Amino acid sequence: MTAKVVTVTSGKGGVGKTTSVANIAVALASRNQKVTCIDGDIGLRNLDVVLGLENRIVYDLVDVVEGRCRLRQAMIHDKRLPELYMIPAAQTRDKTAVSPSDMVRLCDELRPEMDWILVDSPAGIERGFKNAVAAADRVIVMTNPEVSAVRDADRVIGLLEAEEKGPVSLVINRLNLAMVKRGDMLSVEDVLDLLAIDLIGIVPEDENVIVASNKGQPLALDPKNKAGIAFQNIARRLLGEEVPFMDMDSPTVLQRLLGRK
Amino acid sequence: MGETSLSIQIKGIRDGLLVSLGGAAWPELVAGFIKNIDERSAFFQGGRVVLDVGPQELRVAELSALRDQLSERGVSLWAVLSESEVTERTAQNLGLATRISKPRPVEVAEAASQSLPQDAAKWVKGPLRSGVRIVFDGNVVVLGDVNSGAEIVAGGSIIVWGRLRGVVHAGAQGDETAIVCALELAPTQLRIAGEIAVSPKKQNKTQPEVASLQDGHLTAEPWHESTGR
Repeated sequence: MTAKVVTVTSGKGGVGKTTSVANIAVALASRNQKVTCIDGDIGLRNLDVVLGLENRIVYDLVDVVEGRCRLRQAMIHDKRLPELYMIPAAQTRDKTAVSPSDMVRLCDELRPEMDWILVDSPAGIERGFKNAVAAADRVIVMTNPEVSAVRDADRVIGLLEAEEKGPVSLVINRLNLAMVKRGDMLSVEDVLDLLAIDLIGIVPEDENVIVASNKGQPLALDPKNKAGIAFQNIARRLLGEEVPFMDMDSPTVLQRLLGRK
Repeated sequence: MGETSLSIQIKGIRDGLLVSLGGAAWPELVAGFIKNIDERSAFFQGGRVVLDVGPQELRVAELSALRDQLSERGVSLWAVLSESEVTERTAQNLGLATRISKPRPVEVAEAASQSLPQDAAKWVKGPLRSGVRIVFDGNVVVLGDVNSGAEIVAGGSIIVWGRLRGVVHAGAQGDETAIVCALELAPTQLRIAGEIAVSPKKQNKTQPEVASLQDGHLTAEPWHESTGR
């Protein structure tokens, strides 16, 4: 078994990197893949909360790097899924506690045991970002359909291309179809036009995502939720399946019962 | 001082430290330089380094590895000077400067009238993404989009075979005959010589346009009307 290291990054903060890492990890693990996700946001960790594992942290990434524990000891097993693990970030340190070569070494140690290693990158393009992409075999750039997020994604893609990291694929998160239709939001086509890279997922905006994150219960576990399905589809595409992009416009079951679109 | 230090010269300049590496194979030079830094870490800590690599041809992997090694030691690499075009392009791809400020030549006016030599054009493959900056004395031709956040400064004219959304400055040394043309002209800001304009709110029609200075005013017009140029 040789794991693929996938880094999720965005440049801009708050576009949904952590939520996506948690959901893609859950989606992959629910397809019988062995998955470890690593929180690269040292000092501002969040992945543990979104996955609902915060109260089980004993050791973290920095403990591993600095040799205070073995790698296995820092891997928290998610009990909902048989093969999902998380390595939390340290909360009391900063990005300089880890170097890009540390990340490469750590991922190399994990590779033989896993199918997937997902790295949650912090916002920005500095040390934390460099750490997160150091070991990446492929990179997912997240963006929201808004000008500032797209511009930051563009910058990040430029940096990744310059470092010859790849392949780089795009996830458009929090797409609000009603706003697109009104012309108040960039459409998928607008974003793709600008960024000119492969699309691997479109996630509709859904307030349940926030509720689920707060509860620590990733939505990808919910087979009926559209955002959850979108994350499942990303996982399937990572696994090499050809999955058509979901028709966000189709009426929900309730709307259909009520006889309106 | 060891043998390696013979080929490594360090001197202070206005923009930080100018480090000249030359006369040996790249891995040796890097090792020597890193050793040098480790021995005098207090001197280098927080420093901004301009690297002069002479004719060395460096690829992205080599340069980015060195940059990472430096940043791990608290030294930031911000510019690379080289006689090799390959290295210059690599540095530009990594967002590093390839020129440091020198006193401008006095005969700017004269340079302006000659800054459009027919043969001197820099050919750039797009898309130019946010954060990329192209600086060239002659004309610049971009094959692909120029996204917002990218910047082109050219001594001569700028031609974009794609959408132009970034900041462009043509005739940067004062050449008022410089033009900017693009398949879709929607720059964040457009400058020719000393004039600055922002593009009007976007109309729906997109057509190739050319911007030029006419009687001191920046004007943009559809391409077909200006074929007479």
